[in-house]
Amino acid sequence: MLNKIYDWVDERLDIAPLWRDIADHEVPEHVNPAHHFSAFVYCFGGLTFFITVIQILSGMFLTMYYVPDIKNAWESVYYLQNEVAFGQIVRGMHHWGASLVIVMMFLHTLRVFFQGAYKKPRELNWVVGVLIFFVMLGLGLTGYLLPWDMKALFATKVTLQIVEAVPLLGPYLKILMAGDAAIVGAQTLTRFFAIHVFFLPAALFGLMAAHFIMIRRQGISGPL
Amino acid sequence: MHRGKGMKFVGDSRVPAERKPFVPKDYSEYPGKTEAFWPNYLLKEWMVGAVFLIGFLCLTVAHPSPLERVADPTDTGYIPLPDWYFLFLYQLLKYSFAAGPYTVIGALVIPGLAFGGLMLAPFIDRGPERRPSKRPLATGFMLLSVAAVFYLTWESVDQTDWEAKEKMGAISAVEIDKNADGYKIAEANTCLSCHGGELGGGAAAPKLTETGLSAEEIAEIAVNGKGNMPAGVFKGTDEELKVMSEYIAELK
Repeated sequence: MLNKIYDWVDERLDIAPLWRDIADHEVPEHVNPAHHFSAFVYCFGGLTFFITVIQILSGMFLTMYYVPDIKNAWESVYYLQNEVAFGQIVRGMHHWGASLVIVMMFLHTLRVFFQGAYKKPRELNWVVGVLIFFVMLGLGLTGYLLPWDMKALFATKVTLQIVEAVPLLGPYLKILMAGDAAIVGAQTLTRFFAIHVFFLPAALFGLMAAHFIMIRRQGISGPL
Repeated sequence: MHRGKGMKFVGDSRVPAERKPFVPKDYSEYPGKTEAFWPNYLLKEWMVGAVFLIGFLCLTVAHPSPLERVADPTDTGYIPLPDWYFLFLYQLLKYSFAAGPYTVIGALVIPGLAFGGLMLAPFIDRGPERRPSKRPLATGFMLLSVAAVFYLTWESVDQTDWEAKEKMGAISAVEIDKNADGYKIAEANTCLSCHGGELGGGAAAPKLTETGLSAEEIAEIAVNGKGNMPAGVFKGTDEELKVMSEYIAELK
Protein backbone atom coordinates (compact mmCIF):
# COMPACT_ATOMS: atom_id res chain seq x y z
CA MET A 1 0.00 0.00 0.00
CA LEU A 2 2.67 2.48 1.08
CA ASN A 3 4.83 1.37 -1.84
CA LYS A 4 1.95 1.96 -4.22
CA ILE A 5 1.39 5.46 -2.85
CA TYR A 6 5.12 6.14 -3.11
CA ASP A 7 5.20 4.90 -6.72
CA TRP A 8 2.13 6.94 -7.59
CA VAL A 9 3.75 10.13 -6.27
CA ASP A 10 7.17 9.26 -7.68
CA GLU A 11 5.75 8.67 -11.16
CA ARG A 12 4.38 12.20 -11.18
CA LEU A 13 7.12 14.06 -9.25
CA ASP A 14 10.29 11.96 -9.48
CA ILE A 15 10.92 12.40 -5.75
CA ALA A 16 13.66 9.79 -5.31
CA PRO A 17 16.50 12.26 -6.09
CA LEU A 18 15.03 14.75 -3.63
CA TRP A 19 15.10 12.57 -0.55
CA ARG A 20 18.23 10.71 -1.57
CA ASP A 21 20.12 14.01 -1.73
CA ILE A 22 19.11 14.58 1.88
CA ALA A 23 19.30 11.12 3.40
CA ASP A 24 21.52 8.90 1.27
CA HIS A 25 25.10 9.73 2.18
CA GLU A 26 28.02 8.04 3.84
CA VAL A 27 29.04 8.16 7.52
CA PRO A 28 32.84 7.76 7.71
CA GLU A 29 34.32 5.48 10.34
CA HIS A 30 36.07 8.24 12.30
CA VAL A 31 32.81 10.07 13.16
CA ASN A 32 30.89 6.94 14.15
CA PRO A 33 30.76 6.34 17.94
CA ALA A 34 29.78 2.74 17.23
CA HIS A 35 33.37 2.17 16.04
CA HIS A 36 35.33 4.71 18.11
CA PHE A 37 33.68 5.89 21.31
CA SER A 38 35.69 9.12 21.32
CA ALA A 39 33.74 10.07 18.20
CA PHE A 40 30.89 11.13 20.49
CA VAL A 41 32.31 14.66 20.10
CA TYR A 42 30.77 14.60 16.61
CA CYS A 43 27.30 14.30 18.19
CA PHE A 44 27.18 17.84 19.55
CA GLY A 45 26.18 19.40 16.23
CA GLY A 46 23.39 16.90 15.72
CA LEU A 47 22.18 17.36 19.29
CA THR A 48 22.11 21.13 18.75
CA PHE A 49 19.85 20.52 15.76
CA PHE A 50 17.70 18.09 17.76
CA ILE A 51 17.19 20.62 20.57
CA THR A 52 16.48 23.33 18.00
CA VAL A 53 13.67 21.16 16.67
CA ILE A 54 12.38 20.76 20.25
CA GLN A 55 12.54 24.55 20.64
CA ILE A 56 10.57 25.14 17.46
CA LEU A 57 7.85 22.62 18.37
CA SER A 58 7.51 23.67 22.02
CA GLY A 59 7.58 27.33 20.98
CA MET A 60 4.74 26.75 18.54
CA PHE A 61 2.67 25.27 21.34
CA LEU A 62 3.57 28.12 23.72
CA THR A 63 2.20 30.71 21.28
CA MET A 64 -1.18 28.99 21.52
CA TYR A 65 -1.50 30.46 25.02
CA TYR A 66 0.96 33.33 25.19
CA VAL A 67 -0.34 36.90 24.73
CA PRO A 68 2.32 39.51 23.84
CA ASP A 69 0.79 42.38 25.78
CA ILE A 70 1.90 43.93 29.07
CA LYS A 71 -1.46 43.38 30.76
CA ASN A 72 -1.82 39.72 29.83
CA ALA A 73 1.67 38.38 29.10
CA TRP A 74 2.50 37.43 32.68
CA GLU A 75 -1.06 36.23 33.35
CA SER A 76 -0.98 34.00 30.27
CA VAL A 77 2.35 32.47 31.28
CA TYR A 78 1.12 31.96 34.84
CA TYR A 79 -2.03 30.30 33.50
CA LEU A 80 -0.01 28.11 31.15
CA GLN A 81 2.33 27.14 33.96
CA ASN A 82 -0.30 26.35 36.57
CA GLU A 83 -3.61 25.57 34.87
CA VAL A 84 -3.01 24.11 31.42
CA ALA A 85 -2.51 20.34 31.12
CA PHE A 86 1.20 19.69 30.39
CA GLY A 87 1.73 23.45 30.12
CA GLN A 88 4.47 23.21 32.71
CA ILE A 89 6.21 20.49 30.69
CA VAL A 90 6.01 22.38 27.41
CA ARG A 91 7.26 25.62 28.97
CA GLY A 92 9.92 23.64 30.84
CA MET A 93 11.12 22.09 27.57
CA HIS A 94 11.39 25.52 25.98
CA HIS A 95 13.11 27.00 29.05
CA TRP A 96 15.67 24.23 29.56
CA GLY A 97 16.08 23.68 25.83
CA ALA A 98 17.21 27.29 25.51
CA SER A 99 20.03 26.60 27.96
CA LEU A 100 20.93 23.21 26.50
CA VAL A 101 21.10 24.50 22.95
CA ILE A 102 23.71 27.03 24.09
CA VAL A 103 25.70 24.30 25.86
CA MET A 104 25.59 21.94 22.86
CA MET A 105 26.46 24.73 20.43
CA PHE A 106 29.37 25.76 22.64
CA LEU A 107 30.70 22.18 22.69
CA HIS A 108 30.17 21.82 18.93
CA THR A 109 32.09 25.08 18.35
CA LEU A 110 34.97 23.89 20.55
CA ARG A 111 35.08 20.53 18.73
CA VAL A 112 35.29 22.21 15.33
CA PHE A 113 37.81 24.75 16.59
CA PHE A 114 40.22 22.37 18.28
CA GLN A 115 40.12 19.94 15.36
CA GLY A 116 40.93 22.77 12.97
CA ALA A 117 37.93 21.67 10.92
CA TYR A 118 37.25 25.26 9.84
CA LYS A 119 40.32 25.37 7.61
CA LYS A 120 40.22 25.53 3.84
CA PRO A 121 37.85 24.69 2.20
CA ARG A 122 35.40 25.04 5.11
CA GLU A 123 35.92 28.71 6.07
CA LEU A 124 32.46 29.83 4.93
CA ASN A 125 30.72 27.13 6.90
CA TRP A 126 32.52 28.28 10.05
CA VAL A 127 31.39 31.88 9.47
CA VAL A 128 27.79 30.73 8.98
CA GLY A 129 28.10 28.65 12.17
CA VAL A 130 29.26 31.67 14.19
CA LEU A 131 26.31 33.64 12.77
CA ILE A 132 24.00 30.85 13.95
CA PHE A 133 25.62 31.24 17.39
CA PHE A 134 24.77 34.96 17.39
CA VAL A 135 21.19 34.31 16.29
CA MET A 136 20.81 31.79 19.12
CA LEU A 137 22.11 34.31 21.66
CA GLY A 138 19.64 36.83 20.20
CA LEU A 139 16.82 34.33 20.61
CA GLY A 140 17.81 33.79 24.24
CA LEU A 141 17.97 37.52 24.87
CA THR A 142 14.57 38.32 23.32
CA GLY A 143 12.87 35.26 24.79
CA TYR A 144 13.92 36.33 28.27
CA LEU A 145 11.62 39.38 28.17
CA LEU A 146 8.47 37.61 27.04
CA PRO A 147 7.12 36.28 30.39
CA TRP A 148 7.10 39.92 31.57
CA ASP A 149 8.12 39.10 35.11
CA MET A 150 10.53 41.12 37.26
CA LYS A 151 13.75 39.62 35.91
CA ALA A 152 12.49 39.90 32.34
CA LEU A 153 11.79 43.61 32.60
CA PHE A 154 14.87 44.62 34.54
CA ALA A 155 17.34 42.43 32.65
CA THR A 156 15.98 43.91 29.41
CA LYS A 157 16.44 47.42 30.81
CA VAL A 158 20.10 46.58 31.45
CA THR A 159 20.46 45.16 27.93
CA LEU A 160 19.00 48.32 26.44
CA GLN A 161 21.36 50.46 28.54
CA ILE A 162 24.27 48.49 27.11
CA VAL A 163 22.92 48.93 23.57
CA GLU A 164 22.58 52.65 24.25
CA ALA A 165 26.27 52.82 25.20
CA VAL A 166 27.26 52.00 21.60
CA PRO A 167 28.88 55.15 20.18
CA LEU A 168 26.88 57.19 17.61
CA LEU A 169 24.32 54.48 16.73
CA GLY A 170 23.43 53.56 20.33
CA PRO A 171 20.33 55.72 20.89
CA TYR A 172 18.88 54.77 17.50
CA LEU A 173 19.49 51.07 18.06
CA LYS A 174 17.79 51.37 21.43
CA ILE A 175 14.72 53.02 19.91
CA LEU A 176 14.65 50.37 17.18
CA MET A 177 14.60 47.61 19.81
CA ALA A 178 12.51 49.24 22.56
CA GLY A 179 10.14 51.26 20.39
CA ASP A 180 10.71 54.36 22.53
CA ALA A 181 13.64 56.41 23.78
CA ALA A 182 12.66 56.18 27.44
CA ILE A 183 9.86 53.68 28.02
CA VAL A 184 10.41 49.93 28.21
CA GLY A 185 6.83 48.80 27.88
CA ALA A 186 4.12 47.59 25.52
CA GLN A 187 6.06 48.46 22.36
CA THR A 188 9.19 46.75 23.62
CA LEU A 189 7.28 43.58 24.41
CA THR A 190 5.60 43.33 21.00
CA ARG A 191 8.89 44.09 19.25
CA PHE A 192 10.81 41.46 21.19
CA PHE A 193 7.98 39.02 20.52
CA ALA A 194 8.11 39.68 16.78
CA ILE A 195 11.90 39.41 16.76
CA HIS A 196 11.81 36.19 18.82
CA VAL A 197 9.05 34.48 16.86
CA PHE A 198 9.50 35.72 13.27
CA PHE A 199 12.69 37.60 12.48
CA LEU A 200 15.33 35.50 14.24
CA PRO A 201 13.78 32.10 13.43
CA ALA A 202 13.63 33.13 9.76
CA ALA A 203 17.32 34.06 9.90
CA LEU A 204 18.04 30.83 11.76
CA PHE A 205 16.33 28.63 9.14
CA GLY A 206 18.23 30.31 6.31
CA LEU A 207 21.57 29.96 8.08
CA MET A 208 20.92 26.35 9.11
CA ALA A 209 19.98 25.45 5.53
CA ALA A 210 23.25 27.02 4.33
CA HIS A 211 25.16 25.18 7.09
CA PHE A 212 23.74 21.77 6.12
CA ILE A 213 24.00 22.26 2.36
CA MET A 214 27.68 23.16 2.78
CA ILE A 215 28.31 20.09 4.94
CA ARG A 216 26.66 17.88 2.33
CA ARG A 217 28.58 19.44 -0.51
CA GLN A 218 31.99 19.22 1.20
CA GLY A 219 31.51 16.18 3.39
CA ILE A 220 32.56 16.05 7.02
CA SER A 221 36.21 16.91 7.72
CA GLY A 222 38.62 13.96 7.77
CA PRO A 223 40.31 12.43 10.82
CA LEU A 224 43.15 14.37 12.44
CA MET B 1 21.05 9.83 -18.57
CA HIS B 2 18.83 10.02 -21.60
CA ARG B 3 18.82 13.49 -23.11
CA GLY B 4 17.42 15.23 -26.16
CA LYS B 5 15.23 13.73 -28.86
CA GLY B 6 13.04 10.80 -28.10
CA MET B 7 12.81 11.56 -24.41
CA LYS B 8 9.39 10.83 -22.95
CA PHE B 9 7.75 12.78 -20.17
CA VAL B 10 4.80 12.26 -17.84
CA GLY B 11 1.98 14.20 -19.52
CA ASP B 12 3.12 17.69 -20.40
CA SER B 13 5.38 17.88 -17.32
CA ARG B 14 9.19 17.89 -17.08
CA VAL B 15 9.22 14.61 -15.15
CA PRO B 16 10.86 11.84 -17.25
CA ALA B 17 8.53 8.96 -18.03
CA GLU B 18 11.25 6.31 -17.94
CA ARG B 19 11.64 4.88 -14.44
CA LYS B 20 15.25 4.25 -13.50
CA PRO B 21 15.78 1.30 -11.16
CA PHE B 22 16.53 2.25 -7.58
CA VAL B 23 20.11 1.29 -6.73
CA PRO B 24 21.32 2.23 -3.27
CA LYS B 25 24.83 3.66 -3.17
CA ASP B 26 27.56 1.16 -2.45
CA TYR B 27 29.84 2.29 0.35
CA SER B 28 32.10 -0.78 0.35
CA GLU B 29 34.65 1.09 -1.78
CA TYR B 30 34.90 3.87 0.82
CA PRO B 31 37.80 3.78 3.31
CA GLY B 32 37.42 2.09 6.72
CA LYS B 33 34.07 1.07 8.14
CA THR B 34 32.02 3.68 6.34
CA GLU B 35 28.32 3.00 6.55
CA ALA B 36 25.20 4.47 5.00
CA PHE B 37 23.42 7.23 6.86
CA TRP B 38 20.07 5.97 5.64
CA PRO B 39 18.91 3.80 7.28
CA ASN B 40 21.78 2.20 9.28
CA TYR B 41 23.27 5.20 11.03
CA LEU B 42 19.99 7.05 11.40
CA LEU B 43 18.65 4.21 13.54
CA LYS B 44 21.56 4.61 15.97
CA GLU B 45 21.15 8.38 16.03
CA TRP B 46 17.47 7.85 16.70
CA MET B 47 18.26 5.72 19.74
CA VAL B 48 20.76 8.27 21.10
CA GLY B 49 18.13 10.95 20.54
CA ALA B 50 15.51 8.92 22.43
CA VAL B 51 17.83 8.45 25.43
CA PHE B 52 18.65 12.16 25.37
CA LEU B 53 14.96 13.06 25.20
CA ILE B 54 14.17 10.91 28.25
CA GLY B 55 16.88 12.66 30.27
CA PHE B 56 15.68 16.03 29.02
CA LEU B 57 12.06 15.32 29.99
CA CYS B 58 13.18 14.15 33.45
CA LEU B 59 14.92 17.52 33.85
CA THR B 60 11.79 19.47 32.88
CA VAL B 61 9.66 17.44 35.29
CA ALA B 62 12.14 17.69 38.18
CA HIS B 63 12.79 21.42 37.73
CA PRO B 64 9.78 23.44 36.55
CA SER B 65 10.84 26.60 34.73
CA PRO B 66 10.90 29.65 37.01
CA LEU B 67 8.47 32.53 36.88
CA GLU B 68 8.87 35.61 39.06
CA ARG B 69 6.15 38.07 39.99
CA VAL B 70 4.68 40.30 37.31
CA ALA B 71 6.95 43.13 36.15
CA ASP B 72 6.65 46.24 38.32
CA PRO B 73 8.57 49.14 36.72
CA THR B 74 8.20 51.23 39.91
CA ASP B 75 10.17 48.74 42.01
CA THR B 76 13.62 50.33 41.78
CA GLY B 77 15.14 48.10 44.45
CA TYR B 78 15.15 45.03 42.21
CA ILE B 79 18.59 43.86 41.11
CA PRO B 80 18.39 42.29 37.65
CA LEU B 81 20.40 39.34 36.45
CA PRO B 82 20.55 38.05 32.86
CA ASP B 83 20.28 34.42 31.79
CA TRP B 84 23.31 32.39 32.91
CA TYR B 85 24.95 32.35 29.48
CA PHE B 86 25.17 36.15 29.50
CA LEU B 87 26.59 36.34 33.03
CA PHE B 88 30.20 36.57 31.80
CA LEU B 89 29.40 39.69 29.74
CA TYR B 90 27.44 41.12 32.66
CA GLN B 91 30.32 40.46 35.05
CA LEU B 92 32.82 42.09 32.70
CA LEU B 93 30.85 45.34 32.95
CA LYS B 94 31.37 45.40 36.72
CA TYR B 95 35.13 45.95 36.51
CA SER B 96 36.35 49.54 36.69
CA PHE B 97 38.25 49.32 33.38
CA ALA B 98 35.02 48.33 31.63
CA ALA B 99 32.39 50.33 33.48
CA GLY B 100 31.26 53.94 33.87
CA PRO B 101 33.07 56.05 31.27
CA TYR B 102 34.67 52.90 29.86
CA THR B 103 31.42 50.99 29.33
CA VAL B 104 32.16 51.01 25.60
CA ILE B 105 35.25 48.90 26.29
CA GLY B 106 33.31 46.31 28.29
CA ALA B 107 30.18 46.33 26.16
CA LEU B 108 31.67 46.65 22.70
CA VAL B 109 35.44 46.53 22.34
CA ILE B 110 36.32 43.41 24.34
CA PRO B 111 33.33 41.27 23.22
CA GLY B 112 33.71 42.64 19.69
CA LEU B 113 37.35 41.60 19.51
CA ALA B 114 36.60 38.18 21.01
CA PHE B 115 33.60 37.34 18.83
CA GLY B 116 35.16 39.01 15.79
CA GLY B 117 38.26 36.88 16.27
CA LEU B 118 36.05 33.79 16.61
CA MET B 119 34.21 34.57 13.40
CA LEU B 120 37.40 35.28 11.44
CA ALA B 121 39.34 32.35 12.92
CA PRO B 122 39.74 30.53 9.56
CA PHE B 123 41.26 33.66 8.01
CA ILE B 124 43.63 34.31 10.92
CA ASP B 125 44.71 30.71 11.53
CA ARG B 126 45.54 29.90 7.89
CA GLY B 127 48.23 27.22 8.10
CA PRO B 128 47.56 23.68 6.86
CA GLU B 129 48.05 22.10 10.32
CA ARG B 130 44.90 20.86 12.06
CA ARG B 131 46.19 19.30 15.27
CA PRO B 132 45.75 21.63 18.29
CA SER B 133 49.34 21.02 19.39
CA LYS B 134 50.61 22.23 16.00
CA ARG B 135 48.65 25.48 16.25
CA PRO B 136 49.82 26.87 19.61
CA LEU B 137 48.50 30.40 19.05
CA ALA B 138 44.97 29.40 18.05
CA THR B 139 44.78 26.79 20.80
CA GLY B 140 46.25 29.16 23.37
CA PHE B 141 43.87 32.02 22.59
CA MET B 142 40.86 29.70 22.63
CA LEU B 143 41.86 28.12 25.96
CA LEU B 144 42.42 31.60 27.39
CA SER B 145 39.01 32.82 26.20
CA VAL B 146 37.22 29.74 27.51
CA ALA B 147 39.01 30.13 30.86
CA ALA B 148 38.01 33.81 30.98
CA VAL B 149 34.37 33.00 30.21
CA PHE B 150 34.31 30.31 32.92
CA TYR B 151 36.05 32.57 35.43
CA LEU B 152 33.72 35.53 34.81
CA THR B 153 30.63 33.32 35.01
CA TRP B 154 31.92 31.78 38.23
CA GLU B 155 32.63 35.19 39.76
CA SER B 156 29.19 36.47 38.81
CA VAL B 157 27.45 33.44 40.32
CA ASP B 158 29.62 33.74 43.42
CA GLN B 159 28.86 37.43 43.91
CA THR B 160 25.12 37.02 43.56
CA ASP B 161 23.03 36.62 46.69
CA TRP B 162 20.72 33.94 45.32
CA GLU B 163 18.50 33.80 48.39
CA ALA B 164 17.83 37.54 48.36
CA LYS B 165 17.30 37.27 44.61
CA GLU B 166 14.69 34.58 45.01
CA LYS B 167 12.88 36.64 47.66
CA MET B 168 12.91 39.75 45.50
CA GLY B 169 11.26 37.94 42.63
CA ALA B 170 8.92 35.65 44.56
CA ILE B 171 5.27 35.78 43.61
CA SER B 172 3.45 37.31 46.56
CA ALA B 173 0.26 35.55 47.53
CA VAL B 174 -0.96 38.60 49.45
CA GLU B 175 -3.48 40.86 47.78
CA ILE B 176 -2.47 44.48 48.24
CA ASP B 177 -5.23 47.06 48.32
CA LYS B 178 -3.55 50.20 47.03
CA ASN B 179 -6.56 52.32 47.88
CA ALA B 180 -6.41 51.47 51.58
CA ASP B 181 -5.54 54.35 53.90
CA GLY B 182 -2.63 52.40 55.34
CA TYR B 183 -1.08 51.96 51.88
CA LYS B 184 -1.44 55.67 51.10
CA ILE B 185 0.18 56.65 54.39
CA ALA B 186 3.08 54.26 53.70
CA GLU B 187 3.44 55.81 50.25
CA ALA B 188 3.42 59.36 51.67
CA ASN B 189 6.17 58.43 54.14
CA THR B 190 8.50 57.05 51.41
CA CYS B 191 8.27 53.49 52.78
CA LEU B 192 7.65 52.19 49.26
CA SER B 193 10.89 53.52 47.80
CA CYS B 194 12.78 50.82 49.71
CA HIS B 195 10.09 48.24 50.46
CA GLY B 196 8.71 48.30 46.91
CA GLY B 197 5.42 49.33 45.34
CA GLU B 198 4.03 45.84 45.94
CA LEU B 199 5.54 45.86 49.45
CA GLY B 200 7.60 42.89 48.26
CA GLY B 201 10.91 44.26 49.56
CA GLY B 202 14.05 45.15 47.65
CA ALA B 203 17.83 44.99 47.82
CA ALA B 204 18.10 46.92 51.09
CA ALA B 205 14.73 46.28 52.71
CA PRO B 206 12.61 43.23 53.59
CA LYS B 207 9.09 42.73 52.32
CA LEU B 208 6.25 44.15 54.39
CA THR B 209 3.81 41.35 53.72
CA GLU B 210 3.61 38.32 56.02
CA THR B 211 5.96 39.98 58.53
CA GLY B 212 4.57 38.06 61.49
CA LEU B 213 4.91 41.20 63.61
CA SER B 214 2.22 42.87 65.65
CA ALA B 215 1.00 46.38 64.84
CA GLU B 216 2.89 47.79 67.83
CA GLU B 217 6.18 46.22 66.74
CA ILE B 218 5.73 47.60 63.22
CA ALA B 219 4.97 51.07 64.56
CA GLU B 220 8.10 50.84 66.68
CA ILE B 221 10.28 49.95 63.63
CA ALA B 222 8.66 52.65 61.48
CA VAL B 223 9.65 55.31 63.99
CA ASN B 224 12.96 54.05 65.37
CA GLY B 225 14.30 52.09 62.41
CA LYS B 226 15.94 48.66 62.40
CA GLY B 227 19.14 47.33 60.80
CA ASN B 228 19.80 49.41 57.68
CA MET B 229 16.69 51.48 58.26
CA PRO B 230 17.39 54.82 59.94
CA ALA B 231 15.18 56.27 62.69
CA GLY B 232 12.67 58.96 61.84
CA VAL B 233 11.56 57.70 58.41
CA PHE B 234 7.94 57.97 59.53
CA LYS B 235 6.91 61.61 59.75
CA GLY B 236 3.13 61.39 60.14
CA THR B 237 0.88 61.72 63.15
CA ASP B 238 0.37 59.02 65.78
CA GLU B 239 -3.07 58.40 64.35
CA GLU B 240 -1.60 57.73 60.89
CA LEU B 241 1.09 55.51 62.40
CA LYS B 242 -1.58 53.38 64.02
CA VAL B 243 -3.58 53.01 60.79
CA MET B 244 -0.48 52.15 58.77
CA SER B 245 1.01 49.64 61.20
CA GLU B 246 -2.32 47.91 61.56
CA TYR B 247 -2.63 47.77 57.78
CA ILE B 248 0.83 46.18 57.44
CA ALA B 249 0.23 43.75 60.28
CA GLU B 250 -2.94 42.62 58.49
CA LEU B 251 -1.04 41.69 55.28
CA LYS B 252 -0.86 37.91 55.47
